[in-house]
Amino acid sequence: MKAKHQRLVLVLLAIVAIGGAALLAMFALKDKAAYFYSPSDIARLKPAIGTPLRLGGLVADHSIKRDADGVTIHFIVTDGIANISVRYTGITPDLFREKAGVVAEGALTAPDQFSANTILAKHDEKYMPPGMAGQKPPMGKLQ
Amino acid sequence: MHAFANPARFLKLARPLTPWCLGLGLALIGYGIYAGFQSPPDAVQGETVRILYIHVPTAWLGMLGWMGIALTSLMLLVWRHPLAAVAARAIAVPGALFTAVCLISGSIWGRPTWGTWWQWDGRMTSMLLLLFLYLAYIALAGSESETSSTERVAAIFGLVGAVNLPVIHYSVVWWNTLHQPPSLSLQGSAIAWPILWPLLWTTPGFTLLFAGIVLMRMRTLIAENKKLARMRRLARA
Repeated sequence: MKAKHQRLVLVLLAIVAIGGAALLAMFALKDKAAYFYSPSDIARLKPAIGTPLRLGGLVADHSIKRDADGVTIHFIVTDGIANISVRYTGITPDLFREKAGVVAEGALTAPDQFSANTILAKHDEKYMPPGMAGQKPPMGKLQ
Repeated sequence: MHAFANPARFLKLARPLTPWCLGLGLALIGYGIYAGFQSPPDAVQGETVRILYIHVPTAWLGMLGWMGIALTSLMLLVWRHPLAAVAARAIAVPGALFTAVCLISGSIWGRPTWGTWWQWDGRMTSMLLLLFLYLAYIALAGSESETSSTERVAAIFGLVGAVNLPVIHYSVVWWNTLHQPPSLSLQGSAIAWPILWPLLWTTPGFTLLFAGIVLMRMRTLIAENKKLARMRRLARA
């Protein structure tokens, strides 16, 4: 075996080892590195009431209700499996709307009740001009 | 590959290629940006979608740049290719620059769409890590001790740092993130054609600009190495 072939084998082995280690680490981080929990993650992991966390999902259709004070809203976050109702007081981003993605920062007040102090809008990977005929609107898909 | 091991032969090709890359790249970017203002707004995001035409190419080049560093690092470690270290050092600076532009344009885009300048989600954090890797690489490869062991340490760092590339790409698939999943894949595009097509001008445009900067920097580094070698010879004489 020539020296350069030996070096090639060594470098490739090192790459495989480092790559494998990184891959294992990333999968171990699956829950920890999640930016938000979906309603069914919360049902599965059962975080303690009052622990700060982020809740992500779709705003359920026809679920946004506004209180008499004009700034407090109630809506339901769903991932198609579980639902959590959210209460928030403040200004929402422009892209916050029904059937669109949302991330709420706050804490659970009951196993299916969430009090948010920040609302972020999450948009999907679809981009489409307004009123493009024969296409579904680029909303409503959560990943 | 080994045909370009000779710097003189490389320079003969690089010299005329540099202005072509830069000129054609800037022309394509110019037309792409112009086209990007003619294209329709997005149904949900409105006008801010046009940041796409800068954000996507710079993200792609930030990652392509480190792929280049990893590849040239492999060539240096295994085949001792004499131009590999020069190429890797030449890539690092535009790589860092384009990664920074990607992060800044993404932040400006995030404020009106998501409602935040910055969040520590998987995609943003791994992309910021890429910028730090570039800065560390520049510091490491540029350190003064002009020995081949410095080159080799930098090359090992370049290879190990490539671990971050699949993490950036799959961060939006593996983990819940605020950033949306990829719009473009080999299966097709989730971007409608009227919004997509200016991107098909700016992406090759920025890529050629990147290539032009790399060629320019490679020529500079070769000239600097030559100058240092000559000064050393004179000092000995």
